[in-house]
Amino acid sequence: MSALTFDQVSVRYGAHTVLHEVSLEVGAGQTVGLVGESGCGKSTLARAAVGLAPLTSGTILLDGRPVPTRGRRPVQMVFQDPYSSLDPRMTVGESIAEALPGRPGRAARRQEIARLLALVHLDPSKAGDLPGQLSGGQRQRVALARALAARPRVILADEITSALDVSVQGAVLNLIRDMRRDLGLSMLFISHNLAVVRYVADHVAVLHAGRIVEHGPTARVLGDPRHDYTRHLLASAHPLKEHT
Amino acid sequence: MRALRRPVGLTGLALLALVLAAAAFGPVLWGERATAVDTANLLAGPSAEHWIGTDNLGRDLFARVLVAARLSILLALAATAISMVLGFLLGAAPMLAGRRIGRLITAAVNVLVAFPGLLLVLFFAVVFGVGARGAALAVGLAGAPAFARLCHTLIAGVSERDYVAAARIAGVGRVRMLLRHVLPNIAEPVIVYATMAAGAVLLTFAGLSFLGLGVQAPDYDWGKLMQDGLNGIYVHPLAALGPGIAVVLAGLAFNLTGEAFAAGPRRTHVLPGGGRSAPAAAPAANTVLSADDLTVTIPGPNGPIHAVRGVTFTVGDGEAVGVVGESGSGKSVTALAVAGLLEPPIRVEAGHLVVAGEDLLAPGAHRRLGTALAVVFQDPMTTFNPAHRVGPQLAEVSRFHQGMGRKAAFARAVDRLRAVRIGDPARRARQYPFEFSGGMRQRAMIGMGLMGDPRLIVADEPTTALDVTVQRQVLELLADVRRDTGAALLLISHDVSVVTDVCDRVLVMYAGRVVEELPAKDLRALARHPYTRALVAAVPDMDTDLDRPLAVIPGLPVDPVDVPAGCAFAPRCPLADDHCRTVAPPLLDGVACHKAGEAP
Repeated sequence: MSALTFDQVSVRYGAHTVLHEVSLEVGAGQTVGLVGESGCGKSTLARAAVGLAPLTSGTILLDGRPVPTRGRRPVQMVFQDPYSSLDPRMTVGESIAEALPGRPGRAARRQEIARLLALVHLDPSKAGDLPGQLSGGQRQRVALARALAARPRVILADEITSALDVSVQGAVLNLIRDMRRDLGLSMLFISHNLAVVRYVADHVAVLHAGRIVEHGPTARVLGDPRHDYTRHLLASAHPLKEHT
Repeated sequence: MRALRRPVGLTGLALLALVLAAAAFGPVLWGERATAVDTANLLAGPSAEHWIGTDNLGRDLFARVLVAARLSILLALAATAISMVLGFLLGAAPMLAGRRIGRLITAAVNVLVAFPGLLLVLFFAVVFGVGARGAALAVGLAGAPAFARLCHTLIAGVSERDYVAAARIAGVGRVRMLLRHVLPNIAEPVIVYATMAAGAVLLTFAGLSFLGLGVQAPDYDWGKLMQDGLNGIYVHPLAALGPGIAVVLAGLAFNLTGEAFAAGPRRTHVLPGGGRSAPAAAPAANTVLSADDLTVTIPGPNGPIHAVRGVTFTVGDGEAVGVVGESGSGKSVTALAVAGLLEPPIRVEAGHLVVAGEDLLAPGAHRRLGTALAVVFQDPMTTFNPAHRVGPQLAEVSRFHQGMGRKAAFARAVDRLRAVRIGDPARRARQYPFEFSGGMRQRAMIGMGLMGDPRLIVADEPTTALDVTVQRQVLELLADVRRDTGAALLLISHDVSVVTDVCDRVLVMYAGRVVEELPAKDLRALARHPYTRALVAAVPDMDTDLDRPLAVIPGLPVDPVDVPAGCAFAPRCPLADDHCRTVAPPLLDGVACHKAGEAP
């Protein structure tokens, strides 16, 4: 696994600055949580790393080299909404196969698909199913399997549990932790939910209005927040009655 | 095929089959007859031998109309195909050729769409020369801009989807992307449009041939036959009308078929009405809401969906009751039923359903309920009409229900916006909804509920679409409103922590039933139903143990079309035995479980 480095990244749409000189490092084998409110630029940062959002200035480096934004990306992304991230007219197997590098033969391809499905705790027999036959949690696992199929060096997970029911969210979070442990994945884990980030990430960066306002080990940032905005976020995440 | 089940579709397809059969077999069956010269019957009128008469060489016109079907239909299809392929390529230009060239092409297409179609046809017909081939090219090219516009819009919609982004990241090339991901997902509307367009193209062709710009002798299509028949229209009207009727029928065949496909997915099931025999229990006093054995049935393509299956609960005056459950548990449908917002064909039945003293099952109850009931929805983007200012939208409530004048109602709207802590309410009331942030819009929605004197506020996931920081403000506002007005609250949420924060009592729903009812403060520690416990354990909070995996609920939620016998949670429950799988547990003493309270 590799390190992904955002160096002074700015993204501007017309007069509107979405990201303002953001610098952030996702170290090899690390899971970095990125928290903030909607509209603060979390998703844009991830999309910039895979070439879906144009950089105005700054660079994004993968192990010290500019990250490729054409062809099969070494950085793969998993999207928020599992109902829109899989082509409804392609089977699970076809969706995964599309991301496989090279041109494997039929048998090798089937084997690889089965391996990837097993990796995300899905039955290999699901390869023939259309997304419409799967639940939200199962779809999100397929999306994860597709991202892994491309042999990524870094994975960007953009709010991957926020469209899921709570009972399914737990299973996906467990899976993320298992995969990090077993595969040593480097991951940028974007979420607005502090409790979820606390559970999966070693480091946390807090993004507010396009700037990183605080960054550090999870336990430190959430246990001893130094920026007012982080404190504000934390206060909102705790139950109401303890504070009023 | 669903299109076949409607009379329009059936007629259209039958007509289309007839037209296509004529095109396929016409020249084979009647070809000889159509060319047989009968010098004894030149320009004859209708007779038993020649149904719509003969032409100037004595050839049978009816046979010629049938034979002409092939050329007419083929030309129409060819021209439609040219329009489609060209239109698709032009429409896909932004995706294929990159942003800059794509924008140029799109602009050109937009200009061309603005030209009258017939003008383009005539222009191209002159360019390509007279004759069948020229006409097909002309009509095809002239139809391409409209197709391109349609394809462009559809493709733009599909390329916004995450699966296209995912495929791009996976390194899928542009052409493959277009063929694998885009084309299959826009095919349906394109085919519908093409069918309709084929009908129009047929008419255009007939027009061109009629003008002498289309098919040339000795070939003939329907337009040419009409042109030939025109000379004698006062003597033998059928000679011109016959091919005309053929054009109309064929055009109708294409259009009706397209229409049927376009309208296909909308299909309504009428459920057989079923009366209830159980005597209704009377609602208790001091309750603002009382539902007895509430069921909601939604007609679906695979049979009726039993969204709510016998729910009994009450909300006392001033009480805050939360309903939690996962998607498909029936919690939102329950809220909608209570708010009286479900309409046929959705069927709402209950022993009784009384809100603020009004029986919601009786006709006209909603109007009599007036402002005693306020509703707050999940998505603050869609709750206001974007075309009207916020203040007047609030004021409308008082004008309609309380008969206030325009000025007084507006003043009250400003006052209510202030009550939900919107700063500078007089200015804000004159703004449009898009000028409000999500949290402000949700507060304004609550303010709308406060225009009257609500006894019950039904809030369906009021904070789900909001950021955590804003979520908190809205929850605090709901608590304040309750304190100030004494209104009761029915709060629907998938979020256990939201419900425990705000409510006194919690109903836990699973598969359309209440499986547990308990005080909110007991939810985390004292829940007895295995589902409630699992639901609470599955959500990580700021104190979750980081060294252990999160608790998960195995298996899948129940398919509401096919609810198993016995306890609906049994297939996912670690405690379930055969008794659970066969006998549905009733809600006794606040919990519906045969194994209530047992340790897993």
